[in-house]
Amino acid sequence: MLSKSQIAQRIAQELQNGWYVNLGIGIPTLVANYIPEGIDVEFQSENGILGMGPFPVEGTEDADLINAGKQTITALPGAVFFDSATSFAMIRGQHVQLTVLGAMEVSQNGDIANWKIPGKMVKGMGGAMDLVASAENIIVAMMHTNRAGASKILKNCSLPLTGVGCVKKIVTNLAVLEVVKEGFKLIERAPGVSVEEIQQATEGDLIIEGDIPEMKL
Amino acid sequence: MNKKVANVEEACQGIESGMTLMLGGFGLCGIPENSISELVNLNVTGLTCISNNAGVDDFGLGLLLQKKQIKKMISSYVGENDEFERQMLSGELEVDLIPQGSLAERCRAGGAGIPAFYTPAGYGTEVAEGKEVREFNGKPHILESALTADFAIVKAWKGDTAGNLVFKGTAGNFNPMMAMAGKITIAEVEELVEPGELNPNEIHTAGIFVQRIFQGKGYEKRIEQRTVRPKN
Repeated sequence: MLSKSQIAQRIAQELQNGWYVNLGIGIPTLVANYIPEGIDVEFQSENGILGMGPFPVEGTEDADLINAGKQTITALPGAVFFDSATSFAMIRGQHVQLTVLGAMEVSQNGDIANWKIPGKMVKGMGGAMDLVASAENIIVAMMHTNRAGASKILKNCSLPLTGVGCVKKIVTNLAVLEVVKEGFKLIERAPGVSVEEIQQATEGDLIIEGDIPEMKL
Repeated sequence: MNKKVANVEEACQGIESGMTLMLGGFGLCGIPENSISELVNLNVTGLTCISNNAGVDDFGLGLLLQKKQIKKMISSYVGENDEFERQMLSGELEVDLIPQGSLAERCRAGGAGIPAFYTPAGYGTEVAEGKEVREFNGKPHILESALTADFAIVKAWKGDTAGNLVFKGTAGNFNPMMAMAGKITIAEVEELVEPGELNPNEIHTAGIFVQRIFQGKGYEKRIEQRTVRPKN
């Protein structure tokens, strides 16, 4: 089973040279720690920076320099700041090649829910709806099941949706899945996790073809 | 043209209960701290506030929420504020949650004389309920309308008395679009200079969008999530 950092590490293998990438809050943020050697990517944060760098050295943090998770960050050489309308022009206009975000639920037609639990938790969608409606490439980083052990990889989402038919790939603590016409296609297993365990943790239709390789981290 | 006013009291003259206000900022970054304090002093109520976030419990718009001055919030993300969540779930506070990019564009459209626009964001979700859907290039989009406000209140790093503004870092965020969309736009700045002192090539918001500008003071610039690397 993968740790949250290992989920991020596996997603980082998907990065391609020259891509602009938007990382959501939580596990996706960790992807920046595992950029493969020789791959040149630039991180966009939708509150208004391209060329986002690591957290600042203690004592140099600046209230005017934060990411979309409201964390203090740094700007790398070549970075640029812009307003929110320009930022979402980059996103809706598909100038950002990859979006990585978290989810509470994903369904097998590619729907995603991650912003609201009716009557319990309403934080808002932030930029998630704009991101999922527009990105050509969306990878969801999530735990396969919730704390009670129930699957988050579903036939249909039960929570209010963030976007419809948009998720292409999912990396969980158990597996790498691709959303295809017939359901969730199992691509890789986490080290030490069996196909049966993944099957048990998946409520949606799981498509298993041939031997499923273990992830290489 | 001189837009300079003496202080925050003069800048906020004419703000009344029941008005619609836009307030710049993302989280606590780039919020008009001085003007928010003045709104608390003025004790105006029944406000509709258009702002990406609602501050935290004891800072930013959270200060107005505590005093129940806000009737309705139009925002994209309201986490990190317990009082907000309590008022929303109990029904005391009306809340219109809209996608962040749509919020930014609705403000921009309001200032740019565009009454509405189509966006793919929110299609197939609660956000689309009651909105016109139309396909472009085989993809469904929803119609979003422009937003304007009685007063837009923005915060910049530097400004000149002609109302030209320069933002710093990620503190620009919603401020430039909101500046465009206010019937009256108030700008508070950390450093107010004379015309000619700002490089015209580096101005973000043109003074035409700003009606009142003043030198702010005592900025706290609170950090919401302090994340650092150790020295060495």
